[in-house]
Amino acid sequence: MNATILLFPGTNRERDMAIALEKATGRKPSITFHRETELPPGTDLVVLPGGFSHGDYLRCGAMAAQSPIMPAVRDFAAKGGHVLGVCNGFQILCEAGLLPGALLRNASLRFLSMDCVLRVERAGTPFTSRWQKGETFRAPMAHGDGNYFADEETLDRLEGEGLVAFRYADGNRNGAARDIAGILSPNLRVCGLMPHPEDLVDPLMGGEDGLPLFTSLAETLVSA
Amino acid sequence: MTIKAKVYVMPKNGVLDPQGKAIAHALGTLGFEGVGEVRTGKVIELELAETDPQAAKAAAEAMAKKLLANTVIESFRVELA
Repeated sequence: MNATILLFPGTNRERDMAIALEKATGRKPSITFHRETELPPGTDLVVLPGGFSHGDYLRCGAMAAQSPIMPAVRDFAAKGGHVLGVCNGFQILCEAGLLPGALLRNASLRFLSMDCVLRVERAGTPFTSRWQKGETFRAPMAHGDGNYFADEETLDRLEGEGLVAFRYADGNRNGAARDIAGILSPNLRVCGLMPHPEDLVDPLMGGEDGLPLFTSLAETLVSA
Repeated sequence: MTIKAKVYVMPKNGVLDPQGKAIAHALGTLGFEGVGEVRTGKVIELELAETDPQAAKAAAEAMAKKLLANTVIESFRVELA
């Protein structure tokens, strides 16, 4: 699997993400700078990691979504490429229109830095094949704007089409609509979520609860 | 010759505005009575190299749609100074 991690000014989770990807695939991911206009040849997974791209100015992810690299990411996704966005990466995917909805300020106005428990709502996708539906796992979260919002019609469609990937299973701390923590595109190849599975992939980090996300991807993209 | 435009960006009705809620609460704590709902937004001032007000307004609206507002959660209004 050839993964590339996008680096925007203010991205700060790219190293954690690289460790998780390397652990699952045995291969170091490449880094693609936001000013590039093409993805590395042979890329089969694009990852938008967490951080505070462009200082969260204007809206979280708004500026990054207009970066020179994003048309290439949009093109890659349109051709069926796999894209993962975590935290700020999820916000960027929403701002770029690659996933529906938006992430608002946490309802409590507090920055949330703690572990949460996620429930897998949709198994059998490139991101969740190593889990069973209904399975729960621990994931660290660290965000000020994780309050998922979409209009009722969009929320009904996401639920009706089974595009909710993860829900908060131990209480809704950020106010997210219908406890949604992560969603999928209709072709199941673009996934965004607020918590950080990449920060729980080794016993040294306190557990391996997040590893199945990356081994699922590695398994799906093994032939590539 | 330039034209100044102001873009007002507000959360849409039905979109939670926790900052507005916090401000309303703080005003109550300070003893200001009779404050109902408080909503917060942004004002973005643009200096545009334009002479035609209509073109300036159209340009500002295009900028708002593309970047300044996220129409999933926000509405906007453009005013020329």
